[in-house]
Amino acid sequence: MNPLQKLAASALCAIFVLMVLATFLLPTPYARQFRDIPNADPSTAHPLGTDALGRDSLSRLLYGTRVSLLLAPAAALLSTMIAALLGSIAGLLGGWFERIVLAATDLSLALPWLFLLLVVRATLPLDVPPFVSVVIAFLMMGLLGWQAPIRVICAAARGVRDSDYLLLARSSGCRPARLLLGHVAPNLRPLFYVQFFISIPLFILTEANLSILGLGVMEPMPSWGNLMRGFEDFSTLAASPWRLVPLILLVIVVMCFQLVLPSQEVTQ
Amino acid sequence: MIRRVWFVLALNLAFCWPALVSAQAPGQSGGELHFCLRAEPKTFNPLLVEEDASETIRYLTGGVLIRLNRQTQALEPGLAVSWKVSEEGRKISFRLRSGLHFSDGTPFTSEDVAYTMKALMDPQLHSPTGDSFRSGDGQVVVQTPSSDSVVVTFPAPVAGLERLFDQVAVLSAHSPKKETAVLGPFYVADYSPGSYILLRRNANYWKKDKEGKSLPYLDSVRLDFQRNRDIELLRFRRGEIHLINTLDADYFDRLQKETPAAVHDAGPGLDSEFLWFNQVSSAPLPENKKTWFRTTEFRKAISMAINRADLSRIVFGGHAHPAFGPVSPANHFWFNSSLPIPQYDSAGALRLLAQAGFRLQGGTLRDSSGNRVEFTVITNSGNKSREQMVAMIQQDLSQIGIKANLVTLDFPSLIERITRTYDYEACLLGLVNTDLDPNSQMNVWLSSAENHQWNPKQSKPATAWEAELDRLMQAQSSATTEKKRKSDFDKVQQIVADQQPFIYLVNKDAMSAISPVIRGSSPSVLDPHAFWNADVLRLGPDPALGAQK
Repeated sequence: MNPLQKLAASALCAIFVLMVLATFLLPTPYARQFRDIPNADPSTAHPLGTDALGRDSLSRLLYGTRVSLLLAPAAALLSTMIAALLGSIAGLLGGWFERIVLAATDLSLALPWLFLLLVVRATLPLDVPPFVSVVIAFLMMGLLGWQAPIRVICAAARGVRDSDYLLLARSSGCRPARLLLGHVAPNLRPLFYVQFFISIPLFILTEANLSILGLGVMEPMPSWGNLMRGFEDFSTLAASPWRLVPLILLVIVVMCFQLVLPSQEVTQ
Repeated sequence: MIRRVWFVLALNLAFCWPALVSAQAPGQSGGELHFCLRAEPKTFNPLLVEEDASETIRYLTGGVLIRLNRQTQALEPGLAVSWKVSEEGRKISFRLRSGLHFSDGTPFTSEDVAYTMKALMDPQLHSPTGDSFRSGDGQVVVQTPSSDSVVVTFPAPVAGLERLFDQVAVLSAHSPKKETAVLGPFYVADYSPGSYILLRRNANYWKKDKEGKSLPYLDSVRLDFQRNRDIELLRFRRGEIHLINTLDADYFDRLQKETPAAVHDAGPGLDSEFLWFNQVSSAPLPENKKTWFRTTEFRKAISMAINRADLSRIVFGGHAHPAFGPVSPANHFWFNSSLPIPQYDSAGALRLLAQAGFRLQGGTLRDSSGNRVEFTVITNSGNKSREQMVAMIQQDLSQIGIKANLVTLDFPSLIERITRTYDYEACLLGLVNTDLDPNSQMNVWLSSAENHQWNPKQSKPATAWEAELDRLMQAQSSATTEKKRKSDFDKVQQIVADQQPFIYLVNKDAMSAISPVIRGSSPSVLDPHAFWNADVLRLGPDPALGAQK
């Protein structure tokens, strides 16, 4: 590990510790409204100021970090696993199976899955607890976010299919499952990492958009996504730059994830 | 020598010209007013108008017999010099202005009014404007005793009859241009789908100013289609458009910081935001929740526990006022000023709840069966102010041990739930009110009405107070005097305040932005706020801000 990677790992650890200890570190409950001081500037009582309803921005950021950093990677993991499994098999087997998988991917990409999410929201009971609603939202994202990575993984698996070591393994009588798990997957592992890490910010931002449709994190629960919804109003950002902290944190986390990966694995 | 005199004269003129120009008048005739519509009009037929964009075109182009003054809220003569309502509101007689012409030169006579009324009441046309005049079974009879008089007789009394004519733009019976021949201040000269509508000055418009000069002063009005409010605001800042008819509190505050002279808050408008509980007996809700929602004390306690002053101050930046009931104080005549001012009183709310069998246990409110009081409020997604209102209501209700959840839904799903499946517990929505007369609220207060949202389409009133609402609304609609109508509708407002089927939260202010370039503007609480007096608006020079003519 080089010094930069150590720094990134330390930063990630610090953020994860903050996330885990958020409940004990919150200056005030994240939903509590200080109605006399909405949109307040940073102060000792409220180090990141307050939001439009007078809620402490630091408390909301800490709790929002927990929601986003717990669920976005989970959704990214789910979508990457689906893409890895289907993409690797399709690339390894080739032929009609690959054609079917890629056709299904194209079809899935062409579908307006926004409407699917709307249907899901419309059919969900209204008395679902807020946290369950959030988990469902991220689960949907995970289940629907595999199309982009699968093409990349399938193409890479196709390259592995004709390699000498796979030919040797086949000639040694390896069964398809062993070929997949013992030879193809390890060789595609850096690609899986990359797809996983680039999906995380994507899902965080998708969650922000979903909350506009009523499927993401609902008031008063915070998340990085709904904290960043406040950026719609650019004019106030110039006057209160501390509101950019959630975005800065998102950039730091994504960069740290990328830096922590061994470079030779990312570039293969 | 002569050449020198000319030179001196020219020099003097050059220096004095700006002063001469500015000394002419506070504003100048002519010029093009420029603003945005947030959607394309669905129709240019004034009888088929049902949305904002078409209404704007109708307002600017249509000539009406009687005009409601948006500022004084009084009725004023339009194409009719005078009118008389008789036979208990069944009959109205007009005396028309003579010598008027449509924009294409076709003469205006009583035949045009008769033609318009027949078209308006034609059941095949399905005119939303015509629906307001339908008072009973039977034909509307229109008589034209002379070219300048018309008598319209309805099968049954129509309450507030003369006021309804503010929405009826008179069509030409003979013009080959049909509905594009108009009697209003402007006519549609050009329409580029997806881009703009250009209205030009109607040279045949009947109205003149005090000095006898023909109105309107403006040469034209250009209406660009612009859905995006941020872009609309940006264009206003750049001086590319002259006005924004409706501003949200956020945009108002942003603009106020830059150009305080351009923004106008006319005070509480007619629009209101309110919350209601689902009281439909067939709704798929647990029985205990249905019982809560049908309990008057429960609804009143919720109303008392909501801090409306904070909602107005925080969510709307002070550009809203706590709502009293179904009628805004902006509606001068129909507002019941004896209604109590809604007070925030969480202790009083708890006392009311205790009377109804609820009890507070360890900070959690429970009903008489021990069920925790918790419900979900739905509202439409993407509406930041409504989400913020629910967030504040959540905190207010937590003070009395109630847990309120928020679910935002896309609009079609929300409408499906509140009108068909009734699968919801509470809903927060707003009402855009454009009509002052209570008759326009018949479809809300009658228990059989579809918009009787808390329990719509009842075959017979579910409660005694709803039966009383039915009786009073029908009584006011058939009363012959305004005094009696007002008395009946005051009682309706009192019952609504006592029973809280709708928990009115705030009345939003009517806010608009008008460039200082525009002279003669006088923003009103009634729509159209910024250009209701378009015929007397002028563009004047203003180097500081706004587009020049």
